[in-house]
Formats: sequence, structure tokens, C-alpha cells
Amino acid sequence: MTDIVSPVPSSFTKTVSPARRDIGIKRRYAAERRFRMYGIAAILTGLFFLFLLLWTVISNGYTAFQQTTITLPIEFSEKIIDPKNERAENPGKLMAANYPLLVRDALIKVLNIDPSNRALVKRATDMVSASARTQLRDVVVANPAVIGTTVNVSLLAEGNVDSANKGQIDLDVDEARRKVNNQQLAWMKQLNDAGVMTKEFNTGLFTYGASSRPEAAGVGVAALGSLYMMLIVLVLSLPIGVAASIYLEEFAPKNRFTDLIEVNINNLAAVPSIVYGLLGLSIFINFAGMPRSAAVVGGLVLTLMTLPTIIIATRAALKAVPPSIRAAALGLGASKMQTIFHHVLPLAAPGILTGTIIGLAHALGETAPLLLIGMVAFVVDFPGSPMQPSTALPVQIYMWANEAERAFVERTSGAIIILLAFLIVMNFGAILLRRRFERRW
Amino acid sequence: MKKYLGSCALVAIMIASAGTAAARDQVQIAGSSTVLPYAKIVAETFGETFPDFKTPVVESGGSSGGLKEFCKGVGPDTIDIANSSRKIKDSEVEACKAAGVTEIQEIKIGYDGIVFATDAGNADLKLEPKDLYLALAAEIVVDGKLVANPNKKWSEVNAALPDVEIAAYIPGEKHGTREVFEEKILAHGCKDTGAADAIKALIADEKEAAAKCIAVRKDGMAVDIDGDYTETLARIDSNKNGIGVFGLSFYENNADKLKVATVNGIVPSTETIASGEYPVSRPLFFYVKKAHLGVIPGLKEYVEFFTDDQMIGPDSPLAAYGLVAAPDAEREEIRKAFEAGNVM
Repeated sequence: MTDIVSPVPSSFTKTVSPARRDIGIKRRYAAERRFRMYGIAAILTGLFFLFLLLWTVISNGYTAFQQTTITLPIEFSEKIIDPKNERAENPGKLMAANYPLLVRDALIKVLNIDPSNRALVKRATDMVSASARTQLRDVVVANPAVIGTTVNVSLLAEGNVDSANKGQIDLDVDEARRKVNNQQLAWMKQLNDAGVMTKEFNTGLFTYGASSRPEAAGVGVAALGSLYMMLIVLVLSLPIGVAASIYLEEFAPKNRFTDLIEVNINNLAAVPSIVYGLLGLSIFINFAGMPRSAAVVGGLVLTLMTLPTIIIATRAALKAVPPSIRAAALGLGASKMQTIFHHVLPLAAPGILTGTIIGLAHALGETAPLLLIGMVAFVVDFPGSPMQPSTALPVQIYMWANEAERAFVERTSGAIIILLAFLIVMNFGAILLRRRFERRW
Repeated sequence: MKKYLGSCALVAIMIASAGTAAARDQVQIAGSSTVLPYAKIVAETFGETFPDFKTPVVESGGSSGGLKEFCKGVGPDTIDIANSSRKIKDSEVEACKAAGVTEIQEIKIGYDGIVFATDAGNADLKLEPKDLYLALAAEIVVDGKLVANPNKKWSEVNAALPDVEIAAYIPGEKHGTREVFEEKILAHGCKDTGAADAIKALIADEKEAAAKCIAVRKDGMAVDIDGDYTETLARIDSNKNGIGVFGLSFYENNADKLKVATVNGIVPSTETIASGEYPVSRPLFFYVKKAHLGVIPGLKEYVEFFTDDQMIGPDSPLAAYGLVAAPDAEREEIRKAFEAGNVM
């Protein structure tokens, strides 16, 4: 025993006290360096995935902002549009005229095809979107004076021609297995060289409603539906949420009951959004008899979903206002109501607004609750009011992602870019508001 | 604050007025995602052709979901048409009746082919129901006994097939396509290999024996795809040896990326499906609430427009998209049945 015990004190007195301090510092520095490295690694991983996401979306989607058009000299022949000259008495005639025939004739002229070769003519007309009918009809209905004249009209190219023109169709595979045949490719080259086929900025992506034809599909209806819903969410959830939090934070007694409410609010913030959809279906549609697929129901459901987020953010903002402000206001004779509305609320406003905008951004990107209330739908007509059927931006992305046509692949990513742009603007607004109004103590 | 209160009041009025919403002026449709692309084309063309009517709204959500919504009752707050990739079930007709939807008109729009396809870079693939059964069944008969499927490679199933691991992406159980796959491929393959009789000898209960025939292996070799065909395509993109199940129209739109397999030596195409040579096809339907005809503006016109030859005929936009048109006589019969108001 003694020979083991005896060396200990000697080594203790000789070396330990400076050595121990040394080792400790090294270890602590190393731990700090490691921790920093973990932090940097976490941020780099996050950035890597963000970059990957943006890269895939943007590289797939930037082409969606261009659309191939074919500008043809369309002869608005009276013989085809209105052979019996009865448009004065019967304007409906102009709606039902055989406009595709005008496109056919123009193509026959431009491409120099034998009109009796019907197979060849069909291949040529297939290159122009079927939406040409409505496009020409709108021209004629807007200005019947064009009948009898020849006007250059930019027509949308059919989706597959558009994809081929952007190099998205593999042209090396066997002709029978692709949607654009060699004859059409030769014509495309001819039209491209002649400057007839051009790539224009795709305004239709923003203004058109849903369509089964990719070239005529846009996010217009979806964006309008999302706008309606966001307005409803903002107008309903902000006042309700702020009022609820002011009461809970400033007036309500602290007892079991308010604790229970608080736990419930925190719980609701974590409830899966599909549950709100079920709730919306049974309350707003089945019980209150509101219309299916309408933005008003979507807005109400998203309001329910956003409320807990706004209440939690507002309560945190109210809590962050120092008690001295309240004490000073009360001390100067302000009522409790005056204290809150004149002093506490303005100071908490940046936090409330940030919470609200983040809640709204969350609601903007939500699809699951909309599925059950019929907003995951194909809607062509623009909704004149929130009562009419519409869809939402994320829903449009989901619907396009499931389409078979190649041209919808780029449009899906294009729509994601549009949605991301909205979200960035909203979040940027939240940062600006905070910077502008934030006060530090 | 006053502004807030004002806007709150506005919204409150808006919501109150919603409760008393007037009758719809727009046809509402829901249902099968297989029928959805066809319904979209018809709805869009309908809206363009009849400027007096609004374009119908088409929701997706699956055949069962659509029929459930359809059977909720009669009135403007319920949908008018349910698209379905299978025939309505008796239980669903009962549910409809219980909710007051007593008169349902059934309309068959044509046929849909189900094809097997693999990556375009692969060699030609010739499949037979019995190969698919032996590769994908949960249990097969070996030496008169039911054992867990031992096959790991296609070549073990049939020496003529490629020597690669089995990986099949088949529609999940909520899809109507799955039923067709089980019925037309697995059950047939079970019979062709003689396994059906062997199983019957082993299991007395007929229902249970039939279920054994169509049970799919769950060891990762057969993957259920619950999403759409785009997901199956993505799976094949990442596993070039995988075989996926697609609708004919989806395959035709992506023929540059996929190579289709023959079944029993027949190449799937609208012609071989229409003639019945290609074995894996199914009819597509939509169901109309008769009580809504004449009440919802445009509903009758929409159905007539849909069943017209310019939409579902052999030389129509739907056929161009991949629908297999019903024979001439059958289409005529469908139109007559609707005209006469025949209900189920």
C-alpha cells in the first residue's frame, strides 16, 4: 500500500498545478473550436441544401418564363368567319366561327404545303396551340372591322413544339417515340430562320387560368385565389389574434383556466393543417352551406390555422415590453386601456407584424387544408369574388407536377419561382418593418 | 382602430352573405385522377365553345373520394358529376340512396390501357402475366407448398428476362389501377402457372385462396406508389432497371424516356386495346346526378358535349391524349341511354 500511496503527493507538488491549468485551457479552447466548427458545418449543410433547391428549381424553371410563338399573317376572310354576312343581327355568329381554318390556311401559305395532302396539313396545324381558336375569336370580337383584312397575329406554339424549341425533348430517339416528328422539326427550323417562330416573354404564365394545354396554362386564377385568401386571413386573424393576446396577456387573471387556454393555443399551433381542412369541410361547407372550392372557405380555414401563430407571436411581443413603461404610464394617471393602446401596443407592433407576416407566408404555402374543401381543382375562369371557385398558388404547383406533358415540368418550377418570390417579398417586408420600428432598451 | 372595426364588419357581412349563396351557375366535378386529364380537356373546350356557360370546375381526389362527395346529397352545395376509373360499387349506390341521390346516370367515356414500361435505354422487354406473378407475388407455390417468394432477379423468373434485380413500381392500394393490375395480371398469372389450383388444394376457403393469388410481396422488390405516374417516372429515372406501371396516355406523353413492354407479345396501343388484344385495360366512367339536370346551368350540355364523337370518338382530342375510344355502337348506345334518362 505504502509504495503506491507515497509517489502521489510528490508528483502532486511537483507538476500538477501548472500542468492542470494548461490542459484545461487547451481542452476548453478545443471544445470551443469544435463547437464553432459544428456551427459552421450546420450552416454550410443548410446553405448547400438551399442552394441545391434553388438550383434545381431555377435551372428547371427559368425557361418557363419564355414561350414560343408563331407569328402568322392571318387573313380574316369573311367567307370563313361570316359567310352569310349576318353578324350585325346575330353577334353570336362570331363566337362560333371556324377560326382554326384561318390558321390552317395561313400555315399552308407560309410553309408552302399542298392543301390536298391532309396528313401533312394536320401535322402543320398541330404545331399551333388549340387555343388559337379563342385567340383569334377575341381579336375578331374585340374589333369586327378586321374581317376582310390580313393581320399578323402571334399565336402560341403547341406545348411539345415549345419544348422542342427549348431543347427539352430528346431528339436522338426514334421519331415514332417522340411527340415532335422530323417534318415538324424541319418546319420549325424554317420558321425560326424566317423569324416567324420566336421566343417571347411568357406573360401568359401570369395572366392565364388553368388549362389542359401547357402553352395556355398560367397561375392567374391561382394567384388571385391566393390573394383573396390572404386578404381574408389578414383582415380576420390580425384583429382577433391581437385582441385575444392583449386580453390574455394584460387583463386575464392567471389561473388554471387561462393556463389551460394557453396550453391549448400552443397545441393548436402544432396541429397538422389537414385537420383544419376537415374542420372547414364540416363547419363551413356542410353546416354553414358555403360554396365548395371558393376562396372564402379557404380563407376562413387558413385563418383558423394562422390564429395560434399570431397569438403566440403577439403575446411574446407584449411580454417583451418592459414593465417600467406600463408602470410609468399608470403612474402618470393613464387608465389600463390607455396604457395598453397608447404605449404597450405601439412598442409591441414590430413583433406583432413580424409574427403576422410569417403566419401569412405560412398560410400562403399551404395546400393540405385546401384539398378537402375542393380547392385542389382545375379552374379556368377568373373568380370575380371570393365566393366563386378558385385555386391557390401551391395547389397549382401540385396540379402541374402531376401532369404528363413535358412542357408542364418547366412550368411547375416556374410556378415555384413565382411562389418563392412572393414569400421572399413578404419575409423581406417583415424584416424591414422590424428594422423600421424596432426599439431597444 | 376604427378602420379595423370597419373591415371586420365588412368581412362579417361577407361571411353572412355566404350562407345564403344563390344556386351555382357552374358545373362542379370531382373524382378520379385518371379521368382528370380527359375531364380537363372537355371542360376547357366546353368553356370555349359555349361562352354562355362558365367552364366547369374539375377537382381531383380519386375515384372513391369523388363518389363519396357525389353521394352526399342533392342540392347546389353538392357536386354534379363524379369521375371514376372503376364502376360504382353497390355499397356506394346504397350510400347515395340513403343520402337522397336516388337517380344516378352512368356514362362510359372509353377505355384506358395500363402499360408496363422501363427506362428507354434498356433492351426490349417481353412480359407475360405469369412472369409478373412469379416476380411480384408475396408467396408462390414451390413443390406443392406455399413459400415466401424466393425470386430475386427477373432471370430467375424467366431465363429470357434480363439478369437484374426485381424492382417494380406498382400503383398503391388506394388507386383504381391497382385493382386492374391484380385482376388482369396477378390473378391471370396465378392461373397460368397452375398456382391457383395448387393454392386451392392447400387452402379450403375460396376467398382466401383468391386473396393469396393477388397478394403482392412486401420485401421491397415491389414498391407501392401512392402518388401519381410522375412519381413512378422519377423512380425509374433513378433506378434504370426498375419496371413501372403507367397509364397509356402518360406513357405516350413520355415515350422518349420510357420503353414499353409487350404483354403476351402484344404492344399496347389504342388499336390493340380497342380490339381487346392487349389484355390490361379498363373502362372509364363518370356519374351524373339526374336531379341536377336542368337545375345547374350547363350540366346537360356538358354531358352531351362530352359524349359527342368530337370529344370521345376515335379522331378526337381525348383519343389524341391517349383515351381508347369505345366502339361506334357502344358510343351510340351511351348517348341514347343518357338521352332516355336511364338511371342505375
